[in-house]
Amino acid sequence: MNWKQKRMFNFILIVALLGLAVYFLYPLNESMELGLDLQGGTHVLLEAQDTQTAKVDSDAMNRLVNVINRRVDELGLTEPLVQRQGDRRIIVELPGIEDPNQAIETIGKTAQLQFKNEAGEVVMTGEALKDAKAAYGGEFNQPVVSFELTKGGSKEFAEITRKNIGKVIAIYLDNKLLTAPTVQSVIREKGQITGFKDLEDAQQTALLLRAGALPVPVEVVENRTVGPTLGKISIDKSIQAAIIGLILIVIFMAITYWLSGVVAAVALAFYSIIVLGILAGLNATLTLPGIAGLILSIGMAVDANVIIFERIKYEYRQGKTVKAAVKSGFDRAFTTILDSNITTLITAAILGYLGTGTVRGFAITLSIGILVSMFTAIVVTRMLLNLLLSTDLVNKPKAFGWARR
Amino acid sequence: MIVDIIGKRRLWMSISAIVILAGLISILFQGMNLGIDFAGGTIIEFTFDKAVTNDQIRGTLDEFGLTKAPKIQQTENGVLIRMEELPASKITAIEDKIEAKFSGKMQRTEKVGGTIGKELRNKAFWALLLAALAIVAYISMRFEFRFAIAAILALLHDVLIVLGIFSLLQVEINSPFVAALLTIVGYSINDTIVIFDRIREKMRLAKKETFAQLNNEAIVETLPRSINTSLTTLLPVLAILFLGGTTIQNFMLALLIGVLSGTYSSIFVASPILVEWDERR
Repeated sequence: MNWKQKRMFNFILIVALLGLAVYFLYPLNESMELGLDLQGGTHVLLEAQDTQTAKVDSDAMNRLVNVINRRVDELGLTEPLVQRQGDRRIIVELPGIEDPNQAIETIGKTAQLQFKNEAGEVVMTGEALKDAKAAYGGEFNQPVVSFELTKGGSKEFAEITRKNIGKVIAIYLDNKLLTAPTVQSVIREKGQITGFKDLEDAQQTALLLRAGALPVPVEVVENRTVGPTLGKISIDKSIQAAIIGLILIVIFMAITYWLSGVVAAVALAFYSIIVLGILAGLNATLTLPGIAGLILSIGMAVDANVIIFERIKYEYRQGKTVKAAVKSGFDRAFTTILDSNITTLITAAILGYLGTGTVRGFAITLSIGILVSMFTAIVVTRMLLNLLLSTDLVNKPKAFGWARR
Repeated sequence: MIVDIIGKRRLWMSISAIVILAGLISILFQGMNLGIDFAGGTIIEFTFDKAVTNDQIRGTLDEFGLTKAPKIQQTENGVLIRMEELPASKITAIEDKIEAKFSGKMQRTEKVGGTIGKELRNKAFWALLLAALAIVAYISMRFEFRFAIAAILALLHDVLIVLGIFSLLQVEINSPFVAALLTIVGYSINDTIVIFDRIREKMRLAKKETFAQLNNEAIVETLPRSINTSLTTLLPVLAILFLGGTTIQNFMLALLIGVLSGTYSSIFVASPILVEWDERR
């Protein structure tokens, strides 16, 4: 490629990237997914616990994730997340949840239903249940859970009730006695459980029974809940801070580097659009530390321009012509920018690899920021500067803030 | 006339040594103010329609039999309560009680288990160590081994200064602090490399200057860049620090101190160490 073709290639590349970014970003209010800290919601980390009868293993974890998934689905939220983390932990994210405490309690409940005979032996468990619904019923029209048994369960239960006619069968939920009715007749596929505080209690239990019991109990080891108002305030404040930070940088660059500073500001606009476009394209979730990472990367993006401009000034002072100074300024600054940015990328990569959650989000935005900033500083700024230099301004180096001393 | 930075290197290093020493003494005697991400615990933030005093909150919390005294802090239109690590059921009970009693609204709940905190501390340590090793490897490859060591010492300098000042001021640290430290590492190394790059270039072209002279020229020539870059990075940091809301303030404070220290160390610590090394050989 000769230099003309190369310039054409760069120009097309920039336009294509911008177009792609705008495509991903449109419409703006839907393109970015907001993290729980910004839109409000609950993040819970559950840890499975060993019991005397059940050890936490891969199989138990898979069943655990399944059951919790079903329970979360019952909450009817848009885009909840249930994800296994490591050997015994599960992340649950509930965006926009109304009553987080209730939800956490529901999700974390073991919900082990047990039918015990008079001797205290467990004769049947909740696994035999096909369906469960809450209603008012029974002798005193009280809240009940009416259940339906599976085929095998019906057979089993008929056998049990036949053996225990006139005797008590106690029903326990998580080792808490719900009710202890006396068996009147043989029960096959349908039955009712009483002993609930109110209808809501019965509804909760029915939900849990439908979703199934957890194979092992879980404990909430981490919980982060943010109300929707606080999230909204955080967005407004950080956007305000971002805009002010940007304006300050542009003013500073224009004062320090004159025309080249303005060029840098334009390059910065390119940079912002491309970075946001990449984030939208990757379906990245924007969190508060993520926004901080973005704003910070803007500051660092300017650095590449600063290195180049200072180098051009230096080359110009050494007695080169404007064009030659610009060329060798870019060439020399390239290795500097490369070495300094790769070391920063190394730390960002380690941060992304070892970090979790928000820290990882921060590392990813920072890494993308560094890569794009190299591109905009080296390609975009250079193109714009060359464009300016092809005009009459080439004879007025002072407009760029260059002087021979 | 060229400013003589290398010549006064003992002075710069002494200034650093004093700040680091003060920080280390503070870390040794009063330690770091570990937030719940590191130490485990519970934070609940409420907003109220009418002002509620700390005593009123404390009185209500008394009913729940906490083993450690809660720390209550007034916020814009509510309170922030820090407590020991509590089971989910107790957190629910406390929130229901306070919301009902003072007609308030829960805005934020954070509960972190003690084991999580320990894991985070381990991870932070390994992340920093791994980053340091990777940087040493890269700089040794692109420059020389002694440059790598000087850069790492400058990094250690920055990490110690940030840790020390956070301990002195007893600012609470949480998991974003780890991200801040690693960002500072990234920034500081970036700053140092730009100067090293100029030294490398000068060494190639050098005729009769001493190593110390080369270093000084490189530092002075890159000085405008060092200052301007630190300013352009500090502008957004300051904007977020003052306007970005309370949740990320400590994070930005760490970055502020780190960027200042990183700029200082790349000018006044990294190359002076190189020169010192060179002259003692």
